Amino acid sequence: MEKSEIKPFIAKRVAKELRDGDVVNLGIGLPTMVPAFLDPSVSITLQSENGFIGLVDADPEAEDAAYIVNAGGQPAGIAKDGMFFDSATSFSIIRGGHVDATILGSLQVDEHGNIANWIIPGKMVPGMGGAMDLVVGAKRVIVAMEHTQKGAHKILKNCTLPLTAAGQVNLIVTEMAVIEVTADGLVLKEYNPEFTVEEIQAATEAVLTIADDLKPMV
Amino acid sequence: MAKTKVITAEEAGKLVKDGMTVMIGGFMTNGTAESVVKGVAAAGAKNLTVICNDAGFPDVGCGRLLHNGQIKKLIASHVGLNKECGEKYNAGELELVLTPQGTLAEQVRCGGNGLGGFLTPTGLGTTVAEGKDILTVDGKQYVVEKPLHADVAIIQGFVADETGNIRYKGSTRNFNPMMASAADTVIAEVEKIVPAGEIGPDYVETPHIYVDYLVLKEEA
Repeated sequence: MEKSEIKPFIAKRVAKELRDGDVVNLGIGLPTMVPAFLDPSVSITLQSENGFIGLVDADPEAEDAAYIVNAGGQPAGIAKDGMFFDSATSFSIIRGGHVDATILGSLQVDEHGNIANWIIPGKMVPGMGGAMDLVVGAKRVIVAMEHTQKGAHKILKNCTLPLTAAGQVNLIVTEMAVIEVTADGLVLKEYNPEFTVEEIQAATEAVLTIADDLKPMV
Repeated sequence: MAKTKVITAEEAGKLVKDGMTVMIGGFMTNGTAESVVKGVAAAGAKNLTVICNDAGFPDVGCGRLLHNGQIKKLIASHVGLNKECGEKYNAGELELVLTPQGTLAEQVRCGGNGLGGFLTPTGLGTTVAEGKDILTVDGKQYVVEKPLHADVAIIQGFVADETGNIRYKGSTRNFNPMMASAADTVIAEVEKIVPAGEIGPDYVETPHIYVDYLVLKEEA
């Protein structure tokens, strides 16, 4: 798979996880590509943790254009059925289980559903922003990321970086596989036919259980 | 009917004194009272503890006070878009407390609401929970988080009436309403000030009883 094809491929597969009417929070980067791949029958609503529901692309002509940013601080717009609220309300919505899914990238995930994506001690200290609340509060946590970091394992037995949250990840989607986190560890549900199951396992530190109904990613 | 005193950004800046704890509303400077922050930079108070969602951008918003060397301690959820913040932290020039955004918002809300703190599942099993009490309620664990309070809160509204009732616009609301409730002195910067009653009691988002001073936004 060409490097440029990886992210759209992952985003396209993640899009199939969303259901009509879902309220979804998207992390920065790859997750923001997901809505473009939704089936036309599926309409989702985006939550922006800085204080609104109904996140859409910026409309420079809108009367309030200069007053709306997304969670990355970039210009954004709001849908007709959208509404603004304060940050305490925003996180009441998030922690309260009113967000159906959050899709985010990660530095590491492990077989216990732990996720580490907010800090590399001594190197990168950006802060967790809303990520810790989102992975704890969203009904479903979908990690969308490249399977390895230039060959180095990212799907581990145990995360080595400081955790964002313990035991919260539900699904991992990469360019190689779709992996479900279960009480018994990681289950390989789908594989990209460009790779063998052996290759996928070799690119994964944690041991993968092969699902009975294993199927190709399409 | 008491009118809220209207002061200049320069006068507002002087209300912040050495060693104070200051809340600054806004999210990546969206909803940050930039005129008042400039006033604080000009007045030059040092050793400030600043509570703000983020470090703004280099020399903008909270980043302006950081650049100016006025902040001793920063309590924020995300500082990654201001490189200078990481540099100062790594050089040992800045004390940095990184707090999950929802926890930070709720800490400020509690600070203004007479609550002794709250129980949250956020941060369990992470470094955020280290040194904090963990309580079990109905079999589920929670981290105990304490309220935050400040000497001065600097907030930004869109429109205020002359009594200090405020309405916001777009996503600028963010941390501003909670911060308005959680400080001894509250300075609100707005784009316009209208007669009492013009906002309409049904549409006031921050009650005037919280607001001590109004500042009209100054052109950049």
